[in-house]
Amino acid sequence: MTARERIAGNVANYVDERTGAAAWMKKNLQKVFPDHWSFMLGEIALYSFVILLLSGTFLTFWFDPSMRHVVYEGSYQPLKDVEMSAAYASTLHISFDVRGGLLMRQIHHWAALIFLAAIVAHLMRVFFTGAFRKPREFNWILGIGLLTLGIVEGFLGYSLPDDLLSGTGIRIAHAIIQSIPVVGTYLSFFAFGGAFPGEIFIPRIYIVHVLLLPGIFLALITVHLMLVWYQKHTQYPGPGRTEKNVVGYPLMPVYMAKAGGFFFIVFGITALLGAVASINSVWLFGPYTPAQISAGSQPDWYMGWLDGLVRMAPPIETYIFGHTISWNILIPGLIIPGIIFTGMALYPFIESWMSGDKSEHHLLDRPRNVPNRTALGVMSLTFMLVTLINGGNDIIATHFDLTINQIMWFSRIGVIVLPPLAFVITKRICLSLQRRDRELVLHGKETGRLVMLPHGEFIEVHEELSAAKKFTLTQHVQPQAIALVTEDKQGVLNPKGIRAKIQAKLSKANAENIAKPTATELKELESGHH
Amino acid sequence: MKFISKYRRHKFATPVLLLIALSALGFTFSAATAAPNQSAATASARSTLIEEGKEIFLKGCSSCHGLNAEGAAIAPALIGVGAASVDFMVATGRMPMQDMSQQAMRKAPVYNEEEVAALAAYVASLAHGPRAYTNAEIKWERDGNTAEGGELFRNNCAMCHNFAGQGGALSQGKYAPTVMGVEARHIYEAMIIGPQAMPVFNDKIITPEEKLSIIKWIKSAESEPALGGAALGRVGPVTEGLLVWTLGLGLLIGIAVWLTAKAR
Repeated sequence: MTARERIAGNVANYVDERTGAAAWMKKNLQKVFPDHWSFMLGEIALYSFVILLLSGTFLTFWFDPSMRHVVYEGSYQPLKDVEMSAAYASTLHISFDVRGGLLMRQIHHWAALIFLAAIVAHLMRVFFTGAFRKPREFNWILGIGLLTLGIVEGFLGYSLPDDLLSGTGIRIAHAIIQSIPVVGTYLSFFAFGGAFPGEIFIPRIYIVHVLLLPGIFLALITVHLMLVWYQKHTQYPGPGRTEKNVVGYPLMPVYMAKAGGFFFIVFGITALLGAVASINSVWLFGPYTPAQISAGSQPDWYMGWLDGLVRMAPPIETYIFGHTISWNILIPGLIIPGIIFTGMALYPFIESWMSGDKSEHHLLDRPRNVPNRTALGVMSLTFMLVTLINGGNDIIATHFDLTINQIMWFSRIGVIVLPPLAFVITKRICLSLQRRDRELVLHGKETGRLVMLPHGEFIEVHEELSAAKKFTLTQHVQPQAIALVTEDKQGVLNPKGIRAKIQAKLSKANAENIAKPTATELKELESGHH
Repeated sequence: MKFISKYRRHKFATPVLLLIALSALGFTFSAATAAPNQSAATASARSTLIEEGKEIFLKGCSSCHGLNAEGAAIAPALIGVGAASVDFMVATGRMPMQDMSQQAMRKAPVYNEEEVAALAAYVASLAHGPRAYTNAEIKWERDGNTAEGGELFRNNCAMCHNFAGQGGALSQGKYAPTVMGVEARHIYEAMIIGPQAMPVFNDKIITPEEKLSIIKWIKSAESEPALGGAALGRVGPVTEGLLVWTLGLGLLIGIAVWLTAKAR
């Protein structure tokens, strides 16, 4: 035993005798995680969150969350002697008079955009591979909660500098609050401490942005990760991978190194963006005054779909019993997002009900093998994309020589027509891919090698797939449709009534698949039918 | 007067009187016309300029605006629009129009400065209207105030031209063009005449000094370096979102794929 080993051993022993950490560490450091690039999307989100905490803390050293009126005396000349709020002035101070301040601001903002983009990418991965299925429904709901909070947190951050753009955003949020029937006006007075914009809003959202929401984030992320730890990570199907094991590498040393390295890569790319690409150039926007508005006012991308929905809403307003209801704000601003997020959160339960599948799943689905779910996902993404496009309609109009009206009508019609179309097309593509898999398993890969047989016949040589590949392509269980039971043997009507009918219909659609090759089919082929 | 009157029937009386009368007439006339005669050269030059302008007008503009600039179904009358309108529309290349779309767009001018001046002189001769300016007259560098111009710009211009003067969309394919790279005199004239979809900002709404401040702010925004790195078109979050999904997440996913490339 060398001296170094002896010292290390003594230290470890000292700690272990006082904490009993050795057994726990031994168990957990050896924990195995599967390896796949798509499992690192959530990691990107986690690391961006850490970057947000670090860069955000830096910004708080100088940011003054106050709407106190000041006259700007800093070094940005085009705003010299302009009256503005202390919040805006301190943002300018951070940008121009604090060493590295602008870089940190830009890193913070880019990290926020990456954070939400990574969350959405992670959500797509989880959705399309069916990782939300039993037993991970709660973690899925936590994830939806994190996404929702992330959108709110991002929006509050965008609102803090009190520049012309952020003030415009708050103005729209204010309008959405006001559109809530009956209580909207009171809620807006409550949130703003009086009429818009008031003096209290910036200090309030500041404390929500830097303390309340990050705190909730930390708690929820911890639970989110603990559940992943406890329930173990899902894995893609393949030889040797079952519902009862996890195939991959141990946490120590492989993932410690990989994850640690990846953190610095995420940090590096965020810093790179912050260093070379301008984001939220508040000095160009000018200070917020409710009398001003700029052409091309846009929210950050994660709110773009919401803005797009509001922009495409036809101007419908009713006045009943002394109450004005702005349906053009209420429906796109609150009702549709409410339906979307509730639907997302409940989806694991909806799918389980549709398919009748109540079993545990630790092996992931290949998206093509679940055509209905994949099509539903693409349908939702199409909806989001159309609304997002409409959110940027003015920028698209000026940069592609289109008219705003054309884009708006494209979006109004497209938002209704394109998602179902996307559903049908995606489902057909999935089924075709299943056919291809079946073809591959049964007949192998086309090699392009043509052989002339002695009697003159030409055949193309097909190369048989490896057993492992064959297994991967055929290991999944294809769902069966639930048979509709209208009445039992005694002639008693099914008490579920219409619900049973809907369930049977949906499960039939869900079970629509190309039959995968059976063992007998394979055996027939192997016995020389080729 | 006897000494004159006694010669009234003298045989030279009539010729002498005629001579005096004619001389008086001649001197009076020459005295009366002496002052205008000093600018006779420029007056004739102006009328030549107007003639030239009319010629260009008849060749290049009259097919739409009418032979006497009286306007037609497809183009407005130009009587009373003044030299400012001509200078703005023609010297920025907006007129003659490239196509009959929603709006005349800025392009390389078809006529040179002299031709524009001639056209402007002709249109100004039709009726009184706002005059054209030269860049030298617009002393924005001396008399403008950048910060005040910024305030004025955000109050009056940004809702169409965007916070950084990059332009913006209006309804039905009309648009507010970018104000970057526009000559000072054209910015000034645009505020006075309110071309196309733009409202008029006369000297009571925005005083001449304030107009200079606005120009100074625009010029300052034009020459401002991209302080935070690539400016991404200065159009706000749309291009930022595009970049984060393409370059940002693209790079990160690429690296994630690389990191797991050797996975079993």
